[in-house]
Amino acid sequence: MATNWTIEGVREALAGKKVSARELAGEFYKRIETRNSELNAYLTLSQERAYTQADRVDAMVAAGRPLPPLAGVPIAIKDVISTRGIRTTCGSKILEKYVPPYDATAVERLEKAGAVILGKTNCDEFAMGSSNENSAYGPVRNPEATDHVPGGSSGGSAAAVAAGLAVAALGTDTGGSIRQPGAFCGIPAMMGSYGRVSRYGLIAFASSLDRIGPFARNVKDIASVLQIISGRDPQDSTSTTAPVPNYGAEITKPVKGLRVGIPTEYFGAGMDEGVRKKMEAGIALFKKLGCELRDIHMPHTDYAIATYYIIATAEASSNLARYDGVRYGLRVDGDSLISMYRKTRGAGFGAEVKRRIMLGTYVLSAGYYDAYYLKGQKVRALIAQDFRDAFMKVDAIVTPTSPVPAFRLGERTADPLQMYLADIYTVTGSLAGVPGISVPCGKVCGKLPVGLQIFGPAFGETRVLQLAHAFEQAGGASL
Amino acid sequence: MRISREDVLRVAELAYLDLSEAEIETYRKQLDDILEYAGKLNELDTSSVEPMAQVLTDDQNADATLREDLVVPCAVAEDVLAQAPDPEPPYFRVPKVIER
Repeated sequence: MATNWTIEGVREALAGKKVSARELAGEFYKRIETRNSELNAYLTLSQERAYTQADRVDAMVAAGRPLPPLAGVPIAIKDVISTRGIRTTCGSKILEKYVPPYDATAVERLEKAGAVILGKTNCDEFAMGSSNENSAYGPVRNPEATDHVPGGSSGGSAAAVAAGLAVAALGTDTGGSIRQPGAFCGIPAMMGSYGRVSRYGLIAFASSLDRIGPFARNVKDIASVLQIISGRDPQDSTSTTAPVPNYGAEITKPVKGLRVGIPTEYFGAGMDEGVRKKMEAGIALFKKLGCELRDIHMPHTDYAIATYYIIATAEASSNLARYDGVRYGLRVDGDSLISMYRKTRGAGFGAEVKRRIMLGTYVLSAGYYDAYYLKGQKVRALIAQDFRDAFMKVDAIVTPTSPVPAFRLGERTADPLQMYLADIYTVTGSLAGVPGISVPCGKVCGKLPVGLQIFGPAFGETRVLQLAHAFEQAGGASL
Repeated sequence: MRISREDVLRVAELAYLDLSEAEIETYRKQLDDILEYAGKLNELDTSSVEPMAQVLTDDQNADATLREDLVVPCAVAEDVLAQAPDPEPPYFRVPKVIER
């Protein structure tokens, strides 16, 4: 059986009756059984639901009915996205036994499109982290170099797809949590515009930033999954009615003549020299593809990390107030209601989550709100303006996804600020609400993948996908 | 030093978090480092900048209008209570709140 399944490959194999959806799911579970004890990419498997769905697909094949776009495609779901009847932990002890009574809209749409949900993937607790080392269920290992981190927070989804334990996966991105693990594991990974994909059923971290998006083995598959999960959902008032283009048809359009902006601020100090060389080669490839390269300036880039960690933690401290031992999750008894709250939260949350709740509570507290939170919102406006100004001059922006390749497990856990600073190239687009993709751009040290990031204007997903697809087809991954 | 031990205790109180002695000192130091770093935002004059409180704008087809207030079936109480640590249908049970 093929090792590197793509959506198209699954479709052809099913239609040609070379494999059944049930056999395919079985094959993936066999691989998971072999590799997961090492990688720790999956936290929960959902065989019953997967095989039921596979049988549904097989019945359609047998009846000669037209197959939906993702028929039989084995997909993994990050464990912060709700799945009816399947345990959803958010990588936290506080939700260790939580079983959602409903599906996230993105999951529902994938299943309606024929996808087979294999299980739930490991992640940093409540999606807070850049290395997957903040999971209460242990870190994920990078399949490309198992003594290295897979990136985070969607480390399990990235590792699952990179190791061939799923054809595609859903992750979530608040400050880089899809794009950075995609870069570290050497696969394409995309965050659509804020408002593009419904977040109904996504367990909230920072509501003005959280987005759901796909990991896949190639850009075409990214487009196929994004197609299904995009669009207005009455259950999420932040999902927009903006029409969803046919991404699959658009991505093959030529990129010749497109203006690609290279922001000087993204190529300063702190970038690994190996990453820099790969980026130079990546940019040269765009030139070769006929794109017009332009140096641009995004003057507020250097303020993005501080802005992000104020806004994201403020929102987190509010969103995570719901874990109080009353309605779901862990409860640690106390002799009063308040003492029960305090003990439950003290015992149920891990170190990074507590740190962010503390920071977020502080910046929202009386006397500090104006100095930190309001200031952060104002600088966020300036960062968003940087993007709008840039898109007056260029069609897309190309940057590194991360200043460094995957680092070793344990190498950066001692100093949270240093860990935060590595999110420098991804948090900007998160704050601005624009779409971004990370595509493989060669490897350093012979094994560690480098990611190249492409930003487009809000709701300019087609442009981003087009460039990513052209880059991939021109051999970007093996630069 | 911006953050004192008292600040940490005050914030933990607001956030309903029980912290160990070791956590109190660790977070004091780390919050201090992070907030000192965040102080760099003061390099920017933002006196004439409107805060960005939300991402979507009207021209992005954000549908901020309120939906119709329709009554729809919503028989989820049983499913929801099944997840509660201490349910007593149709209620969630909590430690005593009102004294005497």
